[in-house]
Amino acid sequence: MIIKIAWRNIWRNKRRTAITAASIFFAVLFSVASESLNRGVFDSMIDSTVSFYIGYIQIVKKGYWEDRTLEESIEFRTELKNDLMNVKGVDDIVPRLESFALVSYGSLTKSTMVVGIDPQKETQLTGLSKRIKKGVFLEKNDRAVMMTEGLAEKLNVEVNDTIVLISQGYHGVNAAAKFLIKGLVHFGSPELNTKFIFMPLTTAQQFYGADNRITSVVLDVQGKDQAQVVFSDLQKSLDPKQFEIKDWKAMMPEIISMKEMKESSNKIVMFILYLIVAFGIFGTILMMTKERQYEFGVLISIGMKRGILAFTIWLETMFLGFLGALIGIAISYSLMYYLSVNPIEVTGDMAATYAKFGLEPLLPASVDIDIFATQTFIVFILTSFLALYPCLSILRMKPVQAMRA
Amino acid sequence: MKNVITVKEVTKVYNPDTIPVHALRGVDLEIGQGEFTALVGPSGSGKTTLLNIIGGLDNATEGSVIINDQDIEKLSDSQIIEFRKQHIGFVFQAYNLIPVLTAKENVEFVMLLQGASQAARDARVKELMNAVGLSEHLDRRPSQLSGGQQQRVAVARALASKPRFVLADEPTANLDSKSTADLLDIMSQLNQEENITFLFSTHDQRVIDRARRVVMLEDGAVISDDTKM
Ligand SMILES: Nc1ncnc2c1ncn2[C@@H]1O[C@H](COP(=O)(O)OP(=O)(O)OP(=O)(O)O)[C@@H](O)[C@H]1O
Ligand SMILES: [Mg+2]
Repeated sequence: MIIKIAWRNIWRNKRRTAITAASIFFAVLFSVASESLNRGVFDSMIDSTVSFYIGYIQIVKKGYWEDRTLEESIEFRTELKNDLMNVKGVDDIVPRLESFALVSYGSLTKSTMVVGIDPQKETQLTGLSKRIKKGVFLEKNDRAVMMTEGLAEKLNVEVNDTIVLISQGYHGVNAAAKFLIKGLVHFGSPELNTKFIFMPLTTAQQFYGADNRITSVVLDVQGKDQAQVVFSDLQKSLDPKQFEIKDWKAMMPEIISMKEMKESSNKIVMFILYLIVAFGIFGTILMMTKERQYEFGVLISIGMKRGILAFTIWLETMFLGFLGALIGIAISYSLMYYLSVNPIEVTGDMAATYAKFGLEPLLPASVDIDIFATQTFIVFILTSFLALYPCLSILRMKPVQAMRA
Repeated sequence: MKNVITVKEVTKVYNPDTIPVHALRGVDLEIGQGEFTALVGPSGSGKTTLLNIIGGLDNATEGSVIINDQDIEKLSDSQIIEFRKQHIGFVFQAYNLIPVLTAKENVEFVMLLQGASQAARDARVKELMNAVGLSEHLDRRPSQLSGGQQQRVAVARALASKPRFVLADEPTANLDSKSTADLLDIMSQLNQEENITFLFSTHDQRVIDRARRVVMLEDGAVISDDTKM
């Protein structure tokens, strides 16, 4: 009966209820939308960076991350392989030898990043073979390369053309050789798409005169949570004087700090928004309490306990809040779900920024449950707090006075 | 005859600290079981004040109000709410009913507060709504009932908890003469058939004519008390 009364009460003044619910609705919608897009964008930025190339965890020689030279490469010994493979949660280890080089074709010369890879493992980790646009994927023992499409365009080369690579190898040896282009691969990000030349790891080691050496090992792990566990395990077992363990956060500090900045500015906006909404709701509650003094007086007179009456009004206010919140969540969830499946395409400056981070220019939304739960929780706290006012006024009220007014 | 209500030398001073208003100046009144009494007097004479004090809605400044051997001036706030629920039925001038509940639910509500069973509630609601002639309108909301019908539901609700007596402050003030007559019919019928004690204030001569006892207040004191034979 109490619930019935509270529920029906919110429909007494339909317009006021509608306005209040709508204000909560918009606050929830706006907050969810900004949170969701923000998180969606950064998560997809992080996820794609992780899955396109860097992986969740890399092991490098101490100092390599700063200098990026072959002098800071590691000998890829069996013990290291075993040590890494024995860590629980590590599905596979993917070795790479990365270094810069100049690539020439005809009279054109460009700079490029040469990456020696294990073609099969690389495909498992990053799906590299799916990026083939022309030609064929590398085999383990090929003395040939795969080039990113953008770079090929700049150099004006095609599959089956032969390019010249010139660089400095391990311990300063000269490195220069001719390679056949077996295939062209495509990356969404224009930056990545003009950057890489891939060749089998052993071929790269020969080219750079770096026998059995690698610059990094990427660990293949299942998702962020697993990565966290593996990361802390490795920190205990791996010699910190020799190796450095980089997790995805450490490998892209700019994105992480940008995400945090955006999140805190969102919080401030959200706070102000809810403050405004709170004042609006409080006004409604104030009016409602004033208007219904007489009614409250009657109810107390006929024997309704103040506590129960106060609880009824509290419930009523909560219903009002949840009505707004639920509509807000329902609509924003559908909207965000739609946007997560059909991301907005960004253009212009924004697209350029995206490209900088190696991303496709899409604005996906996140539908993480906690975003929606947080908003519901905020509305819950807010309304229960505001509902204290009529409750207190009922607990203090003198029915005779209430009914005289 | 046993007294249901005994009012002893009750005075009431509003705003004692600022501009004191002496609303009641030593009222003595005894109401017996089964009486049908009108409280009359000019506006401001203290009728509402007296009814509120008898009903435990307000405290007397001095004096005592004894109901069923219990001095209600000595009860705490929560005790008095409980006491009212058990022993006193109220009918106010207007807006008696919870607007969002149907007539049936309004009557039932008090019994629900008392924790009566569904079966007991249903039986009592039926009985009372019959008694006030509204068994056809059980599921209407107050806004779908006329003023007179609303007051009849209010009487039914006042009786739902089987109180010793019903206090009604100008229950007919907002009613036309037909509805007034109907309400009085119902009240006096309940009084005669079920021996329910009614104490009501009024300005209306037709209502006064129906009362069997008329207590007149003036300036906070009883100036006459006539019982018709
Ligand atoms: N809460 C209050 N504060 C101050 N004065 C009050 C209060 N309630 C009543 N009074 C005063 O007490 C006196 C008696 O008022 P009361 O309402 O009891 O009269 P009444 O006989 O019911 O009048 P009416 O016929 O107009 O309803 C009046 O002078 C009134 O102004
Ligand atoms: Mg009055």
